[in-house]
Amino acid sequence: MNYAPRFFTFAAPLRFYRLAGAVSPWLYGVAALFALAGLYMGFMVAPVDATQGNSYRIIFIHVPAAWMSMVIYLAMAGWAAVGWALNARMASMLARALAPTGAAYTFLALWTGAFWGKPTWGAWWVWDARLTSELILLFLYLGFMALVEAIDDTRRADQAGALLAVVGAVNVPVIYFSVRWWNTLHQGASISMTAAPKMASTMLTAMLLMTIACWAYAFAVVFVRARAIVLEREAEAEWVRALPEFKEKGMP
Amino acid sequence: MNWNSASEFFAMGGYGLYVWGAYVPMAVWMLVEPWRAVQRLRRARDGVRERLASPADWDVA
Repeated sequence: MNYAPRFFTFAAPLRFYRLAGAVSPWLYGVAALFALAGLYMGFMVAPVDATQGNSYRIIFIHVPAAWMSMVIYLAMAGWAAVGWALNARMASMLARALAPTGAAYTFLALWTGAFWGKPTWGAWWVWDARLTSELILLFLYLGFMALVEAIDDTRRADQAGALLAVVGAVNVPVIYFSVRWWNTLHQGASISMTAAPKMASTMLTAMLLMTIACWAYAFAVVFVRARAIVLEREAEAEWVRALPEFKEKGMP
Repeated sequence: MNWNSASEFFAMGGYGLYVWGAYVPMAVWMLVEPWRAVQRLRRARDGVRERLASPADWDVA
């Protein structure tokens, strides 16, 4: 009997489970340190804005949350597609683990945006291209989560979810370029690769520190959730039974 | 330093409701979500232990 294919199918979740378990506490630590540094820069060092007063300080969480909402969606769609095309189980599990965190960042981008829009534009919400496309992103996340939960057959659920995620990915460039393609109330891109920053350097530093914190946080929480999903799905696997946390208990 | 007192800090120049209305829910969620994720991991581990504890379910060849 040839054990090689079996070895490969089990190798990815096992490696992931170990690695993610080792790095996630450190990622939480990195997230906390960068968040503290970013909040210090954002509230104590960065000066008050000439036109928006102190309301602009919402930018330090609003922009990172909005960036994360788009990046996580692309990661989710990418892993879902890999899981679908290559039948790679770990990729499908990662896609599912990413969805709740991406949905949360999308909701927070809309929420913090509403609390910034009210004092700046005079409205909590407007049916603007940027805001509406971000709201559609939230519905895509919720649709993905509902779809994969609704189908009992795991493989079929992953495939249906992948189809939705990949088709929905077209919305991400629409969000990103919406401020250029349409006349919107929303201001243009905060950071451009081709132009000099329009913000004071302390404001930019605070925003980038908060962005790094959000990245580290997202990796950490997604890793923990993905480990849970691995155990939920692979509970029957030999390698799970052989894990040190299950060795001492229940074995004859 | 931007603030002369704690009350000035919390007032945010009149924008306190908006600034803290944005920051507090985000901070709360970023504490709740890791807690929920680790709870799910614990439940998954308990599920594995239950299977290990009932040898009838073993499919060891």
